Amino acid sequence: MQIPVLVFVLKRIGYMVFTMVAVSLLVFLLLEVNVEGVAVGVLGPYSTEEQRNLWLEANGYFRPAYVRYFEWVSRFFTGDLGHSVRFNVPVADIMWPRLWNTAILGFWAMAIIIPMSLVLGVLAGMKEGSPQDRAVSLLCILTVSVPEFATATFFSAVFVFGLKWLPGISAMTDGFDWVQLILPVAVLVTYDFGYVARMTRASMAEVMTTAYIRTAFLKGLPYRIVISKHALRNALIAPFTVILLQFNWLLNGVIVVEFAFAYKGFGALLLEASLNEDIYLIEACSMVAVFVAVSTQVLADIGYMYLNPRIRFK
Amino acid sequence: MKKNNENLSGKIVPASSVGLAFKRAVKSFALLKESRIGMAGLFLVVLWILIAIFAPLIAPYDPLANFQPFLKPGMVDSKGNLFLLGTDQIGRDMLSRLIFGARRVLIFAPLATFSAYLVGIVMGLLAGYRGGWWDIVLTRVGDVILSFPPIVLYIVIIGVVGATAINIVAAIILASGPGIMRIVRGLVLDIRTREYIAAAETRGESDLFIMLVEILPNARGPLIVDACLRLGFVTITIGILAFLGLGLPPPEPDWGGMVNEARVFALAFPHMTLFPCIAISSLVLGFNLLADGLREISLRD
Repeated sequence: MQIPVLVFVLKRIGYMVFTMVAVSLLVFLLLEVNVEGVAVGVLGPYSTEEQRNLWLEANGYFRPAYVRYFEWVSRFFTGDLGHSVRFNVPVADIMWPRLWNTAILGFWAMAIIIPMSLVLGVLAGMKEGSPQDRAVSLLCILTVSVPEFATATFFSAVFVFGLKWLPGISAMTDGFDWVQLILPVAVLVTYDFGYVARMTRASMAEVMTTAYIRTAFLKGLPYRIVISKHALRNALIAPFTVILLQFNWLLNGVIVVEFAFAYKGFGALLLEASLNEDIYLIEACSMVAVFVAVSTQVLADIGYMYLNPRIRFK
Repeated sequence: MKKNNENLSGKIVPASSVGLAFKRAVKSFALLKESRIGMAGLFLVVLWILIAIFAPLIAPYDPLANFQPFLKPGMVDSKGNLFLLGTDQIGRDMLSRLIFGARRVLIFAPLATFSAYLVGIVMGLLAGYRGGWWDIVLTRVGDVILSFPPIVLYIVIIGVVGATAINIVAAIILASGPGIMRIVRGLVLDIRTREYIAAAETRGESDLFIMLVEILPNARGPLIVDACLRLGFVTITIGILAFLGLGLPPPEPDWGGMVNEARVFALAFPHMTLFPCIAISSLVLGFNLLADGLREISLRD
């Protein structure tokens, strides 16, 4: 049993390497092949033709693209991510702290989304078509229909301008402040829990129709035992994958929320880099974002294998 | 090539004439009537479509005309003009801008979704039916694109190539095409094992005929539900892009853009951001409820 598992894990990691190579090629093609664009990005739109050519020559931009690609990739591995024009510091100095801030935001969002959506999904899926099922489903449709920027606007209107309970800006200028984290996390949770809850519900509802659950009921086991000992274990396998794959969608909300509340995070950084054509910063941010996304996908696959005995023992 | 079309399951029915398609649409509507959620969604969507079509008749003012700025809802300016939803920071009527803004979103969201579907369906049919290298290459390409968080794709592409209508639609096609391909491919892999495909192959029909006439119509059920959900999601995406400052350029009214422009005044004038948010939420809610209703009736039979 050990060897196939190892092969599986190695295959997934190989797949991850393949994806990262493809993505790095894409990013390079998009941002670095047009050398004129790089020069304009670094020297600004008012630089002269001559200045740009001098800069390009000095930085080796007139060499063939494949040489530059390999150099670019190897610089990534040494941690040299280039210089941010917008912030006038090395990219690494600004990006890693921002990524940490976003990790804090994402952690607290997930810490609420996971238990909340699992409980709601299980409650709804236990009895398909029951009033509690319908109520949860409707709540989920409602919350996923409101875009994050609208949720942010509604929450701000109520809690910031109306009740004056919470600050409307989460810039954390005077150090870390829990109160400023509440609204961004609340917006992320509101938009994202619905999807996970619906997936959990579907998974739970499917398990409840299986023969072994019926057998357990017919044996005369109490409802509570059937749910907690028989149904839950299998019903929670699918949501596990959904939760890990949630990263890609959470990032959607993270960018909106960081922009809306001026939170100094990774998403806001990527947006600012893009709006200001800060090329090295865009490259580093998008590579890191894809790396995290692909890692969670590989983790989801491996975790799924461990959780699902039908795959584990094949 | 004539098959009995009165198949109640509504699944294995090749579309052979417009009249038939119409009859089927009427039947689907009759089924949808049984789903209260689906009807509520349909109501919201149709309401916004009507508002968009008849915008010039309904809107009280020109959406680009400037009156007195910063009027709150229900206030009257010095000339006696009434502004039901107030005016924005440069004195344009909020209500008229919301009404005309429906046009923009109801043109671009379906256009982008439909184009993404064209691309996704072609890719999915090729990957699923042709198989072999087609499948390997298309699936790999799709996997690479899907490994990008979609918002990163949008921000990088639109940041680099600029926010024009064509670029935004192209970015949406690129980001959602592979997802649609996956769904279509899965459906095709299932359908191609059916007997009527073997029959068509034995008759010597061309690949193109089999893919478009035999397979595609029979895959439509799940695709319609998915398209409806995706329409809602694309609407949100377009709104988010405009909110982040990557949307279509002003001055034409755009719901997401209105929130972006009015954000700084939200403290004193919350109406300027609240109403566009309510508008976009209600439209997306309509799409999602409709999708749920459609799924419900497709599961029933």
